[in-house]
Amino acid sequence: MTIDLKTIKHISKLSRISIDDEKAKKLAGDMNSIFDFIEKLNELNTDNVEPLTSIAETTLKLRVDEVKSKNIRDKILKNSPDENEDFFVVPRVVE
Amino acid sequence: MSDITSLTLTELVKNIKDKKISSEETTKAFIERGEKSRDLNVYITEDFSSALEKAKSFDQKPNFDLKLPGVPMAVKDLFCTNGVKTTAGSKILNNFIPPYESTVTQNIWKEGAILLGKLNCDEFAMGSSNETSFFGNVQSPIDKDLVPGGSSGGSASALAANLTPITIGTDTGGSIRQPASFTGTVGLKPTYGSCSRYGIVAFASSLDQAGPMSKDVKDCALLQEIISTYDEKDSTSIDFKRNKYSKELTNNIKGKKIGIPKEYRVDGMPKEIEDLWKKGIEYAKDCGAVIVEISLPHTNYALPTYYIVAPAEASSNLARYDGVKYGFRSKGENLIDMYEKTRSEGFGAEVQRRIMIGTYVLSSGYYDAYYLKAQKVRKLIKNDFDEAYKKVDAILTPSTPSAAFKIGEKTNDPVSMYLNDIFTVPVNLAGLPAISIPAGVDGKGYPLGLQIIGKAFDEQNILNIAYAMEEKIEFKNKITDWWIK
Repeated sequence: MTIDLKTIKHISKLSRISIDDEKAKKLAGDMNSIFDFIEKLNELNTDNVEPLTSIAETTLKLRVDEVKSKNIRDKILKNSPDENEDFFVVPRVVE
Repeated sequence: MSDITSLTLTELVKNIKDKKISSEETTKAFIERGEKSRDLNVYITEDFSSALEKAKSFDQKPNFDLKLPGVPMAVKDLFCTNGVKTTAGSKILNNFIPPYESTVTQNIWKEGAILLGKLNCDEFAMGSSNETSFFGNVQSPIDKDLVPGGSSGGSASALAANLTPITIGTDTGGSIRQPASFTGTVGLKPTYGSCSRYGIVAFASSLDQAGPMSKDVKDCALLQEIISTYDEKDSTSIDFKRNKYSKELTNNIKGKKIGIPKEYRVDGMPKEIEDLWKKGIEYAKDCGAVIVEISLPHTNYALPTYYIVAPAEASSNLARYDGVKYGFRSKGENLIDMYEKTRSEGFGAEVQRRIMIGTYVLSSGYYDAYYLKAQKVRKLIKNDFDEAYKKVDAILTPSTPSAAFKIGEKTNDPVSMYLNDIFTVPVNLAGLPAISIPAGVDGKGYPLGLQIIGKAFDEQNILNIAYAMEEKIEFKNKITDWWIK
């Protein structure tokens, strides 16, 4: 199987990572060698195997839905890349 | 008394409890050595002045009932620390200050330990050589321009170089055991669900586990006892009866059945690794263990499985880094453009590669062929271990297929870099505990490790085996302080 540049561009769109042509070429080379390596799994017949979806075989516990972290609003907003006292600011989305 | 920084944790705690040294003296010693060792590049964030303050206040009101009374230590920069910058080795988090504390570090501070600083690691723990960090590669104290392994490379280097008496790392595919093996130190990857993942920057959630890294097995048992707690903040934390690992530690392993999996004799394995393994088998026999040949038939499929499962989970986990609520943001013409530029400039090459792989294997039309297939093979790999554990109590293998390599040697070939984890990855896929202990050196004098894999929740047993073998091996790490001018 070969992953072509068109596919790489498509995956980069899905991943929300912008890439230029040069980077796309490099990624195509790397990903093709990684997928050559991954193809080894096709040697195995897994038709009757149940997929392993969780390694921790435990029943989820119920807990009371209550607020435990209080008064951290300012600390949270302080990490925001665009400083504003009240909101998270993003580029304009509605014209 | 020998130099404070070269003591084991157990010795250090004893000296502090006997009032032979104060927390302040101890903290000062590690800070001074840390300042002289900046060429190793182990710290992303030094928290030295605050550490010294905490040490002074501990000495004023000491509590010697604690397990880590006034002991300073540095931790991998993947653990969120309240009020102290946490980067995960990434540009995208290079200004992130968590407003909360990870459960594992909280457990450590509760026992009286003091944070020295945050240690370098591969970006988002993705790497086997600590060369993918945004903050530069880490030097191994073993030799100049040698990688310390990864992703907990800063932790391993800091420990081996006596910059911290003990430390914690995280292990998704070998990130504790491989660097421990490369630096002549001890590293334990606990059973999945043993240590809480709350507050640890997520890489691959079904594989990630925090664990102790130490100078010897006794220290390792003590730290594991402290960090392993049931935590309702992590829905995969498991509520099982935890041993008092350090109190119950024994070198009596007579009659324990130890399996030797024939599939770990991989093609092209250097003779010195083969010899080390044979030596390990002899040591185990000397301790009274019974050696049993076993088979783990799907071993060869573990790495390809891992390189589907881990990137798939990573691509989902890392979707949160969008430049909106925290971290680095790039300028964009509109919202989507801002997301795409932020992620393109904020993530390094290896992280972008893994997000792309993960996105691809989860994308429409490929899910069944890759992700579902990998989950099925993961089941087969787990079944192999379940079968083996009907016959044996633990499994002995080399930790890595080679000793540490030079910086830059493998950066251009991702697959050859991935092969480093060939012996460690199956353990994460099956959710088992495993410990790496130093067991010898290669032709150049670089450390080599042996790995002991246990049954789920059977940390005590592998710690005991490691403890017994450590006594026979009598490994001494040769550190020359070459980086101190």
